Amino acid sequence: MPPECIGYSDQTHWMIAIRDHQDREAFAKLFDYFAPRLKGFIMKSGIGAAQAEEIVQDVMLTVWRKAAQFDPHRAQVSAWIYQITRNRQIDITRKESRPVPEELKEDPGSEADASQVVGLEQEAGLLRQALANLKPEQREIIEKAYLGELTHQEISAETGLPLGTIKSRIRLGMERLRHELKDLKQ
Amino acid sequence: MSAVTHHIPDAMLAAYAAGTLPHAFAVVVASHVSLCDHCRVALAAHQTVGGVVLEDSDAVPVSSSLKDNLFAQLDAPFVPEPVYDRSGIYPGPVMEALKGRALKWKTLGMGVRQDILTEDAHGSVRLLYIPPGQAVPDHGHNGLEMTLVLQGSFSDETGRFGVGDVEIADEDLEHTPIADAGDPCICLAATDARLRFNAFLPRILQPIFRI
Repeated sequence: MPPECIGYSDQTHWMIAIRDHQDREAFAKLFDYFAPRLKGFIMKSGIGAAQAEEIVQDVMLTVWRKAAQFDPHRAQVSAWIYQITRNRQIDITRKESRPVPEELKEDPGSEADASQVVGLEQEAGLLRQALANLKPEQREIIEKAYLGELTHQEISAETGLPLGTIKSRIRLGMERLRHELKDLKQ
Repeated sequence: MSAVTHHIPDAMLAAYAAGTLPHAFAVVVASHVSLCDHCRVALAAHQTVGGVVLEDSDAVPVSSSLKDNLFAQLDAPFVPEPVYDRSGIYPGPVMEALKGRALKWKTLGMGVRQDILTEDAHGSVRLLYIPPGQAVPDHGHNGLEMTLVLQGSFSDETGRFGVGDVEIADEDLEHTPIADAGDPCICLAATDARLRFNAFLPRILQPIFRI
């Protein structure tokens, strides 16, 4: 493994190998890790096992095809796959393509900043712990919101979604990225 | 775009990430995020929470054929989804909603023009063109309205909105946005219900103009 990637999670390693080398072995590992979780996640929103598997296949194929867009400075592998999954589910159920923001125009070949990537992973780990420590009913609200079972009005009526830490972490990371980009352009 | 001062509320970003925001509003959120790093970062935070929920879901074994089917498709040729770039003042998601067509401004009177991008049972999203100094006459809302400024600026009872700013108005807000001096104000506006114009157009004409 390249020395600058020490400290990355397995999932990030696999995804970088898929992105940079179309590495099928890494993709198989990513599949083994995510496919059963994805199936469980999709079935939680009341979709049957057979259709859930179709969506899993569709999502994993999209992950393979869009791997070039994966940037560990800005997103955890799970966060990236989460968004792909929700987008695909909406495309399928509403038969309309979901509007997505413009991609940031930055040089994908720019130097990896390992501390940024690891920092993001650590923050996601802390967030995960925070979620695990919630009372079951609070945790259930979070799950419902991110499974797409609450409208934005219902979400805004719920207070105390514990987002502060992770937001400030990612914001710091973005600041650092922006400075790097500025340096590169000078 | 550091000048953006009116952002997307957290609950809307969470609903956008989860996919529960009606399509018309999702076009506005995606457009704003294209212009605003602050909300891009906040959206990333919501996606991270979603990722944790996904990763912590109970694993359900998948059938053995799934992996084989998937790997058999990895080399299959495919047409990449089109990527819509910004064009002038119009962010990628607006260009996507236009689907490659040119703008077709329709006049609403008093110099105000509109181009309806999409419309369905859950709402509509349109571009509005308001000459400087022109008021979009006093109107209330049956539901929710989101307005993103793409050019120029407008002011109303709640403040001033410049390029990249989003105003969110619900049925409690009776406001009169007035385009500021300078460039004509061009906005992307989404509603989940027909607007109630108090003076601008007789109510009976609203179905014709689809406001």
